[in-house]
Amino acid sequence: MSMDFIIAAIITVVGISTPILLAGLGELVVEKSGVLNLGVEGMMLIGAIAGFAVTSMTFNPWLGIMGAAVAGAASALLFGFFVLTLNSNQVATGLALTIFGTGLSSLIGLSFVGRIVPQFGSIFPPELARDPLLKVIFGYSPVVYLALVMVLAVAWFLKSTRAGLILRAVGENDLSAHSIGYSVVGVRYAAVAFGGAMAGIGGAYFSMVITPMWAERMTAGRGWIALALVVFAGWRAGRLLTGAYFFGLLMALELYAKAAGFSILPSQFWAAMPYLMTVVVLALISMRERIGSNAPACLGKPFLPAT
Amino acid sequence: MAILTRRNFLAAAGAAASLPLIGSPALAQEKIKVGFVFLGPIGDYGWTWAHNKGREALQSALGDKVETVYVENVAEDASAIPVMRDLAQQGCKLIFTTSYGYMDQTVQVASEFPDVKFEHCTGFKRADNVSTYNSRFHEGRAVLGTIAGKMSTSGTLGYLGSYKVPEVVLGVNSFILAAQRQNPNATLKLVFIDSWFDPPKEAAATETLINLGCDIVTTHTDSPAALQILEQKGLHGFGQGADMSSFAPNAHLTAIEDIWGPYYIERAQALLDGSWVSADSWEGIKEGTVVISSYNPAIPADVVALAEEVKNGYAAQTFDIFTGPIYDNEGTLRVKDGEIMPLSDLAVMDWFVKGVESAA
Repeated sequence: MSMDFIIAAIITVVGISTPILLAGLGELVVEKSGVLNLGVEGMMLIGAIAGFAVTSMTFNPWLGIMGAAVAGAASALLFGFFVLTLNSNQVATGLALTIFGTGLSSLIGLSFVGRIVPQFGSIFPPELARDPLLKVIFGYSPVVYLALVMVLAVAWFLKSTRAGLILRAVGENDLSAHSIGYSVVGVRYAAVAFGGAMAGIGGAYFSMVITPMWAERMTAGRGWIALALVVFAGWRAGRLLTGAYFFGLLMALELYAKAAGFSILPSQFWAAMPYLMTVVVLALISMRERIGSNAPACLGKPFLPAT
Repeated sequence: MAILTRRNFLAAAGAAASLPLIGSPALAQEKIKVGFVFLGPIGDYGWTWAHNKGREALQSALGDKVETVYVENVAEDASAIPVMRDLAQQGCKLIFTTSYGYMDQTVQVASEFPDVKFEHCTGFKRADNVSTYNSRFHEGRAVLGTIAGKMSTSGTLGYLGSYKVPEVVLGVNSFILAAQRQNPNATLKLVFIDSWFDPPKEAAATETLINLGCDIVTTHTDSPAALQILEQKGLHGFGQGADMSSFAPNAHLTAIEDIWGPYYIERAQALLDGSWVSADSWEGIKEGTVVISSYNPAIPADVVALAEEVKNGYAAQTFDIFTGPIYDNEGTLRVKDGEIMPLSDLAVMDWFVKGVESAA
């Protein structure tokens, strides 16, 4: 296994992992605030078509990414309205958002089929970005670095800021947070919007970076993997990063094994791996109290103050 | 009250029940409905896009007598059955199911609707009202393989497959056999991604094949994703189902285009004439269902000449890539020297030729 091979393999893994990392980060913040948003797949698709459409019309990928974030946030706020203001069931509404997002993105995407868009240039100088060895650090799309920066930002936000503390409080015990005087619904709206924006950018990664085109359902179920990833990571941003790259590695391993000519396990098993790993982690969490569960105590429960 | 006796009531109800018959329109020449079940979105710019183009050709040729309807994104599992039933119940008299994975569902629904004609694409199960139709894509693959064999510098070719079904196996074998006629040491790495359409996975699989030494990758999946990766890396590939050069102007050498229009028109006309019978249609370059799109100017003229020779050979039916001796990838001689494999064997081919490195 030469250096070139390892570098190329790493680059492939990073490419596979980044969208689920982005969507997972967003969902982590949402779930930390106590809301369970199952609509990640739909939001990713909306972000994918929005990003593609804006880039196609403005020829500027940065505007495209912003458009994807805004569109993702908007669809999430729609979800938020039903779940936070109307107190509808979070699971059902989230699934509805997935179906809605898939359909809406297909509808809007009809006029964008067959088009190609300009891509991001590298943010590092070509000597670094194209260097055969250093490209493993400097050669990625700006969105990859954005994802890494966001991991740090989210971790710092949750752990070291007052706002992050409030968000965690709202997710752990909404009635106490409410009685202290914090707006539970307000905090949750903000978290949901952030989650939607991140999922939108994650989706746009598909239509703007991996394969710069629009095709219906092009996220192909990665939103569900992002959901599993949040659980797998135990609602911790650092573990989310390793988890995302681990899932990406599993998906790449499956392809490498097949292409190299041996199948260790049937391919359907590989496809189920991320979810199987998540179930294993869940079992471990419930068995060993020392690991404990980091699940926010109010996850999925509507906020219904007595007053 | 005397008016509402049981007898009066029954008489009035009987009269009322006959009202709809008065209102029915005169049975003028009604359009025949033709239904299409599509695997992917018509915007996939590949397989389903080509079938849809065929449907549009049918609509414009016979639009005064025929009305077409279609359903996209129908999965290749039990959920296809209600879709097919629904089309039949809507009044479709001819239904085309355009993917291998609809085989058993088509046969089942056809048994429930004996008056409706079904045509299953790329399958092999027939009935009185079920026809099969296919295209000899492998003839196109032979042209592609010829080009790949000549132009590959590493001698390792990549094939992005979907499922291990006869159509794909044929494509793989045809491609590498043709390449080996130009470069006897050419080998092929094959990945099945278990999907006909999954752009991110197609992209990742293409990267994997490239990383394992392939410098030309051809795809049997439906999106241009593989070509985009090849374009990024400065390598080459081929379009599948349609000319995909707009997605990869430098990487796209040529493409196999699927032309279904004439077949659909012919079968719909047969239905209208009352001459439709269950048949197995397997046309190719000669009949025009497989078309090779224009060649990338970067291909040297001598390579184009070789490719054209293969293509013309198929058009004149003087050439067949599956002419022996052919060994399988375990070393057994499967086709003797000079023998040509009959189409019936090709239809159920499940073994790979020498030079194919596959996990399956």
